[in-house]
Amino acid sequence: MSSQDQAVQSYAPGEHPDLPAPMLTSGPLFWIKENLASSWLNITLTVITALFLFVVIPPLLNWAFLDAVYVAADRNECRELGSGACWAFVSERFTFFVYAFYPSGERWRVDLAFIMLILALVPLLYDKTPYRGYGLIYACLYPFIAYWLLLGGFFGLEEVETHAFGGIMLNMVIGITGIACSLPLGILLALGRQSEMPVVRMLCVVFIEFFRGVPLITILFVASTMLSYFLPPGSEFDLLLRVLIMVTLFSAAYLAEVIRGGLQAIPKGQFEASDSMGLKYWQSMRLIVLPQALKISIPGIVNSFIGLFKDTTLVLIIGLLDLLGLGKSALADAKWTGLSNEIYLSVAVFFFICCFSMSRYSLYLERKLETGHER
Amino acid sequence: MSSIDMAGGPPERNPIARLWYDKETRSIIMQILTIVLLLTFFGVIINNAVENLRLLGKTFSFSFLWTEASYDINQHLIEYTSTSTHLRAATVGILNTLLVAVCGIILATILGFIMGVMRLSPNWLINKLVYCVIEFVRNVPVLLHILLVHGLVVHALPQPRGLPDWANFGDLAFLTNRGLFMPSPIFEGGSSAILIAFIAAVGFSWWFKRHAKKIQDDTGRVLPVFWVSVGAIIGLPLVAYLVTGMPIGWEVPQQSTFNLRGGMVIRPEFMALWLALSVYTACFIAEIVRAGILAVSKGQWEASQALGASRGLTLKNVVIPQALRVIVPPLTSQYLNITKNSSLAIAIGYMDVVATIGGISLMQTGKEMETMIIVLMFYLIVSLLISAVMNWFNQRIKLVER
Repeated sequence: MSSQDQAVQSYAPGEHPDLPAPMLTSGPLFWIKENLASSWLNITLTVITALFLFVVIPPLLNWAFLDAVYVAADRNECRELGSGACWAFVSERFTFFVYAFYPSGERWRVDLAFIMLILALVPLLYDKTPYRGYGLIYACLYPFIAYWLLLGGFFGLEEVETHAFGGIMLNMVIGITGIACSLPLGILLALGRQSEMPVVRMLCVVFIEFFRGVPLITILFVASTMLSYFLPPGSEFDLLLRVLIMVTLFSAAYLAEVIRGGLQAIPKGQFEASDSMGLKYWQSMRLIVLPQALKISIPGIVNSFIGLFKDTTLVLIIGLLDLLGLGKSALADAKWTGLSNEIYLSVAVFFFICCFSMSRYSLYLERKLETGHER
Repeated sequence: MSSIDMAGGPPERNPIARLWYDKETRSIIMQILTIVLLLTFFGVIINNAVENLRLLGKTFSFSFLWTEASYDINQHLIEYTSTSTHLRAATVGILNTLLVAVCGIILATILGFIMGVMRLSPNWLINKLVYCVIEFVRNVPVLLHILLVHGLVVHALPQPRGLPDWANFGDLAFLTNRGLFMPSPIFEGGSSAILIAFIAAVGFSWWFKRHAKKIQDDTGRVLPVFWVSVGAIIGLPLVAYLVTGMPIGWEVPQQSTFNLRGGMVIRPEFMALWLALSVYTACFIAEIVRAGILAVSKGQWEASQALGASRGLTLKNVVIPQALRVIVPPLTSQYLNITKNSSLAIAIGYMDVVATIGGISLMQTGKEMETMIIVLMFYLIVSLLISAVMNWFNQRIKLVER
């Protein structure tokens, strides 16, 4: 069919096929016009940003990937092989960064604990998991299983001292213990702060404000230097355990404030309704108030967890060697001097992946729970 | 009670059980129990502490504060030598903490507001670039940022010896891995006139602002408050400077073969801590600012446009005052965070309060309890003060409902 035939063809009313939209009102050109070039100011900004990216990105990519060295024996060999980053150091130390000083024959226990952790997280995080009820029971038992697997000492597993803990494993242990223990404590503190009993309320307020008012570092210092004074004379207390207790208390104080926000958002009618149904205090909290309050405060709770996980790096200051601590001490290796950027960037990538996925999950959950309130 | 004797009536309870089932008495019993438990707990730990101290042969006293500290602090805002007392060392540490906190708060606020506004830009490229930066920085521990920046400052900046041209700013300031060397002012006689002129200019600006508002209320005439204030604050001290015969001299750092001498120096530890804390916190502030501006409904923009206000006026008089109400409370907790995070200074050797009194003094004197109490008290007081100031500010800007 030639173009002239098309021009003379006639259509019945309403039968004319849709014409494509004008070029500047849809499609990629329209998108560019709207998003990159809507005004002269916008065009200038686009050009400046693009120039900036053009100057920064290619050398960075060259350094990180194209000119980088992945396998080498030491730093000098790295320098001979390429001008970019020396990832050989990171790959050589990789197992050390994960398990640290955990006895090499027993490392399967860490792997197993990690795999079982993922199995425990699935039913917790995803509510369409098949057999979720059993999964939740397993998730509640998991901390005890993990304790047995990692520390051992009974039921046929060889005992491993806690100062062999380190690296990614230590971050995980502190982070997960802190998260698991601080949530119930935080809920109790939040309820205590709303309590009608002045003594309980005052106690909770003082506890929360104290832990929120001082930096975690000072609390860890208290754990490492001062805490032993308050224990009965002669009693020894594991440093990791002291740190875990302090991290839990610290995180619980922050969680309590987040949950209090959720509790305050519950209309008074809900409390009154549960009272008038004859529910006792704990029943009404468990069945009516807390499910709603926790739902509202989920984004805040996850944010606290992200903060807690990032804060696990601070233990390096009191001498526990977590991932960052191991990286920092690895810099002193004479074979690999001056590679701080490579080490710190690898550690940064690890934390970014963990924390970013947590924040994405909280967004997903927020959207899922939001549907009930859609207007 | 026993007169009600119906079948199926409330069950008879003995008096003690009745006390327990009464809401008010139960609450009192619970509270008494709590107090007793609490007192027992404190009794036990204090008893333990006393016993432990006795076993170690230590005493609990703060008298060590007046003994010689005998260690050096490389950055001190007030006079300090290794013969000064521990109290002096603590003060130096406290001032260093406050210095980095205040500088950090200022830079983080500026950066945060800029990034927050950029995040709302209609320009896709800028928007996404800032989004990537914010997400990356926020999801990495702040301690890692501090170590990374410190590593960059120490390793990537040139040594003072054989300084390249790009690190030499007109022979006045030098950027080296030992810090940023800058000219320091030398005040000679008559320089107090400049300070007086500056204070007078600030006072004048304040009066002029009130005066201009009064004129605008009475007649509707708008005076150029901003330009007059800027002119007064810059102009008056400048005039005073020229009239008194330029009494401020500058001591410029001199390049010798190995090092730089004289002038003012910003140490690499301070630079690293300041930049890392500011950028980290700025990313949180950016999200707060963005949320705050988005919380102002679109109708406010449209209403302001309908009144004929320009975009700048709309922002200044309509949007920002309303956004601030949403922004200020979370901003307070970010300011608190920056102050508390400054305690990470100890990781890179910046001598803040934790590193001086809670670090070296603790090691030297063995007074774990006393030094930790001082540090904890300091942070508690600062936190309460910042909260109080921001609450006052929040009260001032909050919606007045009539």
